[in-house]
Amino acid sequence: MYHKEKSIQIKNSASALYNNLGVLRIAPRSLTYFTVVHANVVNMVSASWDGLNYSHRQLQSKEPNVATSTSLIMQAAFCALPSRDLLVVTSQKGIQIYESDGSTMVYWHALDTPDTPTGDSSGSILVFDVPSKGSNITLSDVLKGHKKSITDIASECSGSQLLSAAEDSLVRVWHLSIKPESLSVEVAHLHNECVTDTQICGAKFCDGDGYAFAVTGYDLSEIIRYSQS
Amino acid sequence: MIPPLYSYVITHNALIGCLLRGLATRRSFTKQTLLPVASELAKTASFLRFPGRLKLPNTTMSSRTLPLLFINLGGEMLYILDQRLHAQNIPADKAKKVMNDIISTMFNKKFLDELFKPQELYSKKALRTVFDRLAHASIMRLNQASMDKLYDLMTMAFKYQVLLCPRPKDILLVSFNHMDAIKEFVKDIPCILTQVDETYQQLIQIYTNLSSGEFQLIRQTLLIFFQDMHIRVSIFLKDKVQNSNGRFVLPTSGPVPYGTQVPGLIRMFNCTGKEVSRLQFSNGGNYNAAIREGSFEIFGDRVTKLGTNMYSVSRPVETLMSGTSTNSAQHAKVNMAPNPLAKEELNLLARLMGGLEVQKPGNADNGFRVNLFATDEEEEEAFISRPDELSYGVIKIQATQDQQASAELAKIMGEFSESGDQSPIVSSKGDDLLAMMDGL
Repeated sequence: MYHKEKSIQIKNSASALYNNLGVLRIAPRSLTYFTVVHANVVNMVSASWDGLNYSHRQLQSKEPNVATSTSLIMQAAFCALPSRDLLVVTSQKGIQIYESDGSTMVYWHALDTPDTPTGDSSGSILVFDVPSKGSNITLSDVLKGHKKSITDIASECSGSQLLSAAEDSLVRVWHLSIKPESLSVEVAHLHNECVTDTQICGAKFCDGDGYAFAVTGYDLSEIIRYSQS
Repeated sequence: MIPPLYSYVITHNALIGCLLRGLATRRSFTKQTLLPVASELAKTASFLRFPGRLKLPNTTMSSRTLPLLFINLGGEMLYILDQRLHAQNIPADKAKKVMNDIISTMFNKKFLDELFKPQELYSKKALRTVFDRLAHASIMRLNQASMDKLYDLMTMAFKYQVLLCPRPKDILLVSFNHMDAIKEFVKDIPCILTQVDETYQQLIQIYTNLSSGEFQLIRQTLLIFFQDMHIRVSIFLKDKVQNSNGRFVLPTSGPVPYGTQVPGLIRMFNCTGKEVSRLQFSNGGNYNAAIREGSFEIFGDRVTKLGTNMYSVSRPVETLMSGTSTNSAQHAKVNMAPNPLAKEELNLLARLMGGLEVQKPGNADNGFRVNLFATDEEEEEAFISRPDELSYGVIKIQATQDQQASAELAKIMGEFSESGDQSPIVSSKGDDLLAMMDGL
């Protein structure tokens, strides 16, 4: 069903986080951007669809009063908003928002960090207003929704397909549908892929139809890709 | 929340701030000003050298990881030393003395009290220095190459155990396996046994009530520590638990973790929560049901074999250095380059090791050297050919009243004060540290 494609080599290994793979398709330029987090760095690769051109860039976490931050990045994710795409990077010391190609930082929000060594997260949701271009991003709301750290908000879906991947090295593709008469959700299992000996830490579809997906694994310095034959 | 528009650039020499002023005005700053300032700071920063800048504490995700890391690494170290002492035919009484001295030092109350305080993990360098000291707590001596190899084996073994733990909480069972073996080593010596038992109590008290989420944080903290270590261990290669590229085998067969079910079932519920249908699917593996849970008490069957002694006289310890598969690109941690032990770490270490009572090596009759390799020539060869990226960069602190060691330490402390002038804060701490080292 799916076969392995050529992997993309990245500069560092992927860290054992959750959702440690960002994918953004830029159809007008026949490019896809990938992001993989390693400790305090986001590795970005821009890959052309013909497989001939790869360009790399690295983004670092930021914290106030320090030129080079060692604060660990928790997640890097693309946000596809109606008017623009952004790359959001969250670390232990703050939130950074970049243009989707990583070229420019458009916003930086430094978090208040408590003095305790544990650095418990407050469980608030920060809501930002984003204009259709430029860097006039403002914090519009703080929702105190949870007691402890929120680990993820959006789920990953490609059309009617769902991708799940785990540290047991297995990726599963599912099909979701809604039965119109009862409005109940039906789940069907489509496919398993075993990424041998890989503790998967990120998995995303690479297109809107579930035709292709990519995974990252702890300690691996590559983005492994699969597509349907 | 606008970040301040000036930045302290701290060099390790001065420990004073060097102020860079950006657009310092009293007006409120618009976001448009952020970008040019950020790039201005970046440009300026790149012109400054950071020779071993002060390492800020890395806020890793769990502050309860260090005791587990230490006990498990210590346990592996004891397995390896025990095997080598036998393999080298060291007389039984001397071998026993070494093991007892090391275990007694490991479980020293002051030392453990310091260790069990909630804190960040030490850097690899700092932890390696602690284990150097521990290995030399008795009449046994190890050359640098052997110590490097010992540490490689210890860390790869525990990395393997962490990766293969079915549940994050199983890391505690692995720790108990190590503790059980240590207890067996000293079962005839009541005073050390008491120390070990007290540590069991502490482990049980602190860890048995942690949630799964907290154990997952501990696991992630450990994985950060072990990231990019791929040294191949021949016993692992032989047992086919490690591949020739240094990665560990993750089986897709065998029992599922305790408390989970074999995957393969989809259950659909309606909006009142009633199950309305089921579907089976093939799970792509060959799993069977979970086996019983291991015991978290002082005594009990831990069930898992992870953390038990995998060495024996017939299964020697060896690592493969040549053609190590990792290339230097993978070891290049951006802006986390190795630096001399930061002053904070050195003080932490001093407090820690101040609690370690170290025996003087004694006269030549009593002391002896242990080799982790089959021959002296191999050891020498390993020392010469060890790839740079695998160097631990350890400061060798000897437990003797060694002029050279004191001078070395003085030099290190000198690096933390402004060249040519002793800033008062630094020198007093340096003196304390030196005194403590000399007194050990």
